[in-house]
Formats: sequence, structure tokens, C-alpha cells
Amino acid sequence: MTGTRAASTVDSSGRDGRDGIGRLVADGLLRRRELSIALVTIVLALYFALTTNGFADSSNYHIIAQYFAPWAIIAAGEVMLLICGEIDLSAGYMFTLAPFVLAVFVNNGAPLIVALAGALIVCACVGVANGLIVTVLKMPSFITTLGMFFLLWGVALLLSGGSPVHAPERGALVAVLGGWQWAELCWAIGIVVVMQVVLSGTRFGVYTFAVGGNPTAASEAGIRTRRIKTACFALTSVLAGFAGILDGIRVGSFDPTNGGANYMFLAVASAVIGGTALLGGSGTVVGALIGAIALGIVHEGFTLAGINANAFNAVLGIAVLAAMMLNIYLGRFSRAGT
Amino acid sequence: MDDTQDSPAAIRAEHVGKRFGPVTALRDINLSVRRGEILGLIGDNGAGKSTLIKILTGYHKPDTGQLHIDGEPVGLRSVSHARSLGIETVFQDLAMINGLPVYLNLHLNTERVYRPIPFLRRKEMKRRARECLDSIGIDIPSVTTEVGRLSGGQRQAIAVARSVYSNARILLLDEPLAAMGAREGGLILRLLRTLKERADLAIVLIAHNYTQVVDICDRVNLLQHGQITLDKPTSETSVAELLDLVAAEYRVQ
Repeated sequence: MTGTRAASTVDSSGRDGRDGIGRLVADGLLRRRELSIALVTIVLALYFALTTNGFADSSNYHIIAQYFAPWAIIAAGEVMLLICGEIDLSAGYMFTLAPFVLAVFVNNGAPLIVALAGALIVCACVGVANGLIVTVLKMPSFITTLGMFFLLWGVALLLSGGSPVHAPERGALVAVLGGWQWAELCWAIGIVVVMQVVLSGTRFGVYTFAVGGNPTAASEAGIRTRRIKTACFALTSVLAGFAGILDGIRVGSFDPTNGGANYMFLAVASAVIGGTALLGGSGTVVGALIGAIALGIVHEGFTLAGINANAFNAVLGIAVLAAMMLNIYLGRFSRAGT
Repeated sequence: MDDTQDSPAAIRAEHVGKRFGPVTALRDINLSVRRGEILGLIGDNGAGKSTLIKILTGYHKPDTGQLHIDGEPVGLRSVSHARSLGIETVFQDLAMINGLPVYLNLHLNTERVYRPIPFLRRKEMKRRARECLDSIGIDIPSVTTEVGRLSGGQRQAIAVARSVYSNARILLLDEPLAAMGAREGGLILRLLRTLKERADLAIVLIAHNYTQVVDICDRVNLLQHGQITLDKPTSETSVAELLDLVAAEYRVQ
């Protein structure tokens, strides 16, 4: 076994690469938990389509997409963090703050593309700060990102002066970033697919699972656990900030009351409903997208059915609890069964 | 113990001593293992076994004395330095990721990827994992099984396989047979015999079960109060003698 190792690292051909990626996507999609939540989502959609007026309608699909697209984009990052055993409570206010950072760049004369890059770099720095506080100073991520949650909220209010500002409205880039009505949905699906491939098809993905599943073992194997966690924090912040910018451009104004705790918790709820364990070590990004779609359908279905918004929260609560319990007990059951 | 027989010892400790503050953990340790040999290291709790293992794996630096690998003097700087020289340790916690399948655990941090886009070469890793397990006779039905679903013996076997697989030339096993039933323990003992036949691996086995030590090891070293007080081929000793030696120091005078 000793001699063959060095030899075979050289012989990569990439010829069967497509086959590998196809398998990855299939692997990701065919996991049982994703399938069961997908089934629930379809049943929900059918139920509301049959019982309410105007559910099965393209303008309504558009509204549903507007709900879940930002949740799904934030969740794509949160899933990575949850898998490596951490959580980012500040993601919701990263979502709120990022558009105002973009506006600062734009107001100082930067072209939109530069402003976007600048805003995303600022988001990445916030994520790296979260990551370093957690990994180097060994603070629990719950406390660290709770602090960051208030800090980002405060900065968003200071930058905005507490009132909304106009979003950029002209140009092809604006259309790509949310001006076109399906842009946000396309971004959400694209980001989810890319993140799922990263998670199940790359070393970074394996290390994310390893760091969450058994940190000691991961570092004994030489995996740089701090770097993996910090990268996941940065990724989450960037995705949350990007979602905030997309959402702001779609609406046409940047609003300091948009996003916040609600969006962050809905993203985490999407991840949990989609099968991600809060204790780390398992989860999929595709599952989180399906979880977000399910929540979006329930939200819009209730609106159309004339049920008040408070009932949505009650249903959301039950769904999260049920999903967590199912995850834990299904996990135990399948482990005990073999 | 003598290196004169054929090749130099795979690893040799010469006059190694280690103190922790006022406590002398090891004094003047002389130990050596050749390739193709299994050395049993026994001794009561607190005798210094784990300190010795930690020195051999580069975790602690010895205060006095010198380590030699293949006859060359080396100063181990760190665990990863030791690992780069082919010294692998299987600790009791096994360092397995329960949520990942067998083949990914076997390739942890040595994953194969495509170039230039670094996607995982899953098919190749599965094949290599299968080859690895087959070559040392570990019976795991599927390499895609999550490690968390396997028994303690199977996990231990995979941990050993991974060490061997990652270029180990000197394998240190810290009580691999503890807390294991007869069938499970048998699995590991068979695995150790297979590894020994390959003759390119030097193995140090820490164990408390002297029957197993006499059964599997070529030589046994007894560690007492930070010194090696017995170094004998197992063919020249017996379970009774080992038990007697260990018990002797506690006998009421």
C-alpha cells in the first residue's frame, strides 16, 4: 500500500469527471430525508392549490419565490456552519447591513460592480471576524454571533439613519442582481447547486463534515479545523450579504427593517426542516432549499387562505420541532438497525 | 534488543529520560523494535507507558537520551514530524468520523481529487479502500457504510488499516484490545499477524492482557517505575512469569 500512493496522485485524467459530478448531484438528491421533505412540500402545494383561489398561478409562484429565495441563500451558508457544529445568528443583520455598505460605495462614486465586490468583501471580513473569535479565542459561536447580531444591527441603523434609501435602478447588472423578477430565484437555485457540489464533491466538504463530526479526529488527521470553520463563517456572511443586496435591488429600496432575526431564524429553520442536525456532522444544502420552499408555500398558502400571520409562526414552530425530533429518532433508528 | 542481528532497529530509544517537574516519569529507557517484529509493552498504570508512547510519537520531547530511526539519530519536533517519518499511533479514541463512510475515513486528509478542478475521485477512493481492506484481510461488507454503524472491532481494524495505508513503517497501538470481546479481539489479533507477515512494519503493542501479549508478540518489555525491567522473547517467558513480576512489587513483605 505504501508505494502505490505517490504514483496514483499523478494519473488524474479528468475524463470521467462529468460522471463524478453527475453522481454527486444524484447522491445529493436521492438522500431519503430530502425526498421525504420534498414529498411533504408537494403535498402542501397540492393542498393549497386545491383549497385556495389563486395559489396555482404564475404571479403567485413569483410571490412564493420572493419569500423563500433569500431564506434559501442564507440557509446555504448556515447549513455549512451547522454541519461543522457552529451557527451564525448574525447572518440576518448581515443581510440588512450589506445593501447599505453597497450604497456607501455607490455614493462615493464607485461603479455598481465595484461597490458589489466591496460590499461582499466587507461581509467576508465580518464572517472571518466571527470565525476567528470562535476558533482562536474559543468563544461559543452562539455568543459570538449574538454579539455580532447587535453590532451589525446597530451599524445598519447608523449607516441608514433609520430610514430606507433608493436602490440602484438602471443597467444590466441591476437586472441580473434582482431587477428581473426571477433573478433572485435563479441566484438561489444556482447558489444551492454550487454549495451542494462543494459540500458533497470536494475536500472542503468532507472536512466540513469531519470538523463537525469529530473535531479531535479531524485535527489529528491534520485537517486545519480553524481554517475550515472560519471559511464557513465567511461563506455564510457573504451569502447572507449577497441575499440582502439581491432582495434590496428587487424591491427597489434598501430598508433597515428588512432581514434581521426573522430571516436568520427562517434560514436556520429551513436547514433543520431539510434534515441538517444542529449538533453538526450531517446535512445537505438541497434539503435546506426544499425546507425553505415548504416554509414559503405554507406562508403564502396561509395568506391566501386568510389565516392570520400568527398562525404561520405556530405552524413553523411545530414544523421545526417535528423535523428535529424526526432527525434525531430516524438517526438513532437507522444506526440501531444495522 | 541487540541490533547486531541484521538491519538496524526500525526505532530505538537510547537512555531516554523524562521528568515532569518533581516527578520522574521515565529514567534511562532502552527499547528497540525491528521490522516484522511485534513488541509487547506491558506495565502497571503509572509505570510510564503512555509517556513513552508520547515520546515515540513526537508529542513529548525527551529530557535526556536519543531516538534512532533506521539507525539514524532523530529529534522528533512534533506529531506531524513523527508521522512524516512513518510513525503512526492508533489511540483508543480511534480518530474516526462516525458520519463519514469507511472509504472517506480511510482517506481522511489524503483524499484523491481530479485535476484541475478538485472534485473528489470517489470511485477511485472506494476501489483503493476495498483493496486496502482486502490486502490486510479486514472483512467489512461495504466501504460506503458509515463508520458509526460498525462494531468496535471493525472500527479498530479500520483505524489500524488507515495507519498502515498512510505509509506507516512504525505502528504504535495503544491498548487496541481493551474493552473488546473475544470475537472482536480475534479480528484484531488476526490483523496484527497479517501485518507482521509483511515484514516491513515494526509494531509496538501496549496491552494489559498478558495471554494475548504472549500469544501475538515476539518480544515483551516490562516497564516499571520508568524503567524497562524485563526484555525477553515471548518464547522464553510465560503469562505466569509476567503476572508474577508485575504483582511482585505490591506483595506484602
